[in-house]
Amino acid sequence: MKADPKGVLTGAHFLDGDHACSEGAISAGCRFVAGYPITPSTEVVERIAERFPLVGGVFIQMEDEIASSIAILGGAWGGKKVMTVTSGPGFSLMMEHIGLAAMTETPCVFVDVQRAGPSTGLPTQPAQGDMMQARWGSHGDYAIIALCPNSPQECYDLTIKAFNLAEQYRVPVLLMMDECVGHMTERVIIPPAEEIEITPRRFYDGPKEDFLLFKPDADLVPPMVKAGDGYRIHVTGLTHDEKGYPHMSPTAQAKLIPRLVNKIKLNADKIIEYKEDQVEGADVVVVSYGITSRVALPAIEQARKEGIKVGHLRLIVAWPFPEKRIQELAAKGKALVVPELNLGQIFYEVERNAYGKVPVTLVPHPGGTVHNPKEIYNAIKSIRHGG
Amino acid sequence: MRTEIKIGGFGGQGVILSGYIIGRAAAIYDNKYSTMIQAFGPEARGSACSAQVIVDLEAIAYPYITTPQILVVMSQEAYTKFSPELVAGGILVTEEELVVPHSLRKDVIHYSIPAMRFAEDLGKKLVINIVMMGFMTAVTKLIDPEAMRKAVIASVPKGTEELNLKAFDKGYEYGLEMLKNKSN
Repeated sequence: MKADPKGVLTGAHFLDGDHACSEGAISAGCRFVAGYPITPSTEVVERIAERFPLVGGVFIQMEDEIASSIAILGGAWGGKKVMTVTSGPGFSLMMEHIGLAAMTETPCVFVDVQRAGPSTGLPTQPAQGDMMQARWGSHGDYAIIALCPNSPQECYDLTIKAFNLAEQYRVPVLLMMDECVGHMTERVIIPPAEEIEITPRRFYDGPKEDFLLFKPDADLVPPMVKAGDGYRIHVTGLTHDEKGYPHMSPTAQAKLIPRLVNKIKLNADKIIEYKEDQVEGADVVVVSYGITSRVALPAIEQARKEGIKVGHLRLIVAWPFPEKRIQELAAKGKALVVPELNLGQIFYEVERNAYGKVPVTLVPHPGGTVHNPKEIYNAIKSIRHGG
Repeated sequence: MRTEIKIGGFGGQGVILSGYIIGRAAAIYDNKYSTMIQAFGPEARGSACSAQVIVDLEAIAYPYITTPQILVVMSQEAYTKFSPELVAGGILVTEEELVVPHSLRKDVIHYSIPAMRFAEDLGKKLVINIVMMGFMTAVTKLIDPEAMRKAVIASVPKGTEELNLKAFDKGYEYGLEMLKNKSN
């Protein structure tokens, strides 16, 4: 299905990442956003509030992040494509409802414009410190998808992708931006509506009497219905059967929870996206994501000039993590360097999948700004000498 | 080639809009790449604030500026704070009456313009930043003036396009004149 031209501002724009994200949501068909504005994500909802009345959307500024994150779940069950937007402190408050969205298989998008933490930290400065929280922040076992844009253009493109993945797999999809990308202004090309691929909600179209709210299709994802369309709907965070009724038993738990995890795990190859540059011939591969993937480039170039064979693997989808690819690189003996704006998060995923076969070097940074490319260069150089 | 530009002034002078216009002119109307980052936080609300723009013929990787080749300042505080950052051989553009270039660096090329006076002559002090942009366009030759004009029209409030274009042209012509006199 193609995008509704009504919301699509086709053309070349000079936008910051936050505004590009808003436009991505509108192009994707999002028509309900609830949020509690917080720096550095405020511009996303500012633009949504301005643009939504023109496209028939509803934006509500809620009393806090807890209310925002549950309001969107209600909006999704009412039939809308939905999103909420926040930064670290708000993201922490939203964790409960990321779990509820996963448990109730509610398609929704959470945008986290990361700033340096913990707690209120540095509101106006970047970090990538919420990457593990994105994966594991709510209690219990579940799976989500997380995307990492590194430019305003990708904030637009990946917001659309986030909505499409949310519909396809019925999971919360997290757009993990950061302050630098959010407040960076660059050219953003918005294509004509007929060139924007949109995944529509998968609605149940069988007979009402056979309808089971959580009966999955072959890909483990159940089709959805809208509240008020005459189907029996019971949506709960309790462990439930296919009807959606609470079912307090290890049997129901064993049937439901592995499916919630497996619908992402078993489809991971289809979901995972990364970009590689000169990885095949490389001795050292830099694994990066988000803004750090751009900061790493001058370091990689410098090292290449000096004859070091350096490849670059940039994660576009951070969760599910490209485990197989890292295992392959480690099996080929490539040393791995992981710069990130935190003191070690995605690094541990890389290290785990390297199985101790190759050196894996973290280039940590507590956030507040981006790395000096020299720090990444030094890591590339020392790992090569060490290995 | 990567060119780093810093615009400095105090909050309310249109510093961010100036950066936005340069970036937009380069990226949308002049077939170049540009990245703008604005100083964000308490410093952008009254005291010395700045916009950083990078213009390049190739895609831009590192997003922040480190050693600007062009510095445009509209306040004394911005001059004092930012002029040490300018690269040797760089271009310094100042507002003549708002900035006294104390201990002016000898290793930079300095141009100044009474932009505030010109803006007042045009009937609106607010357009000081657009006069500065016209002047900068002339003396640096970084961006095509037509691209800058288009970006000005697209970026200023509706109904003020004509006034802003006049402001731009005033600064631009003053800059061309100055270059001519310098070369004579």
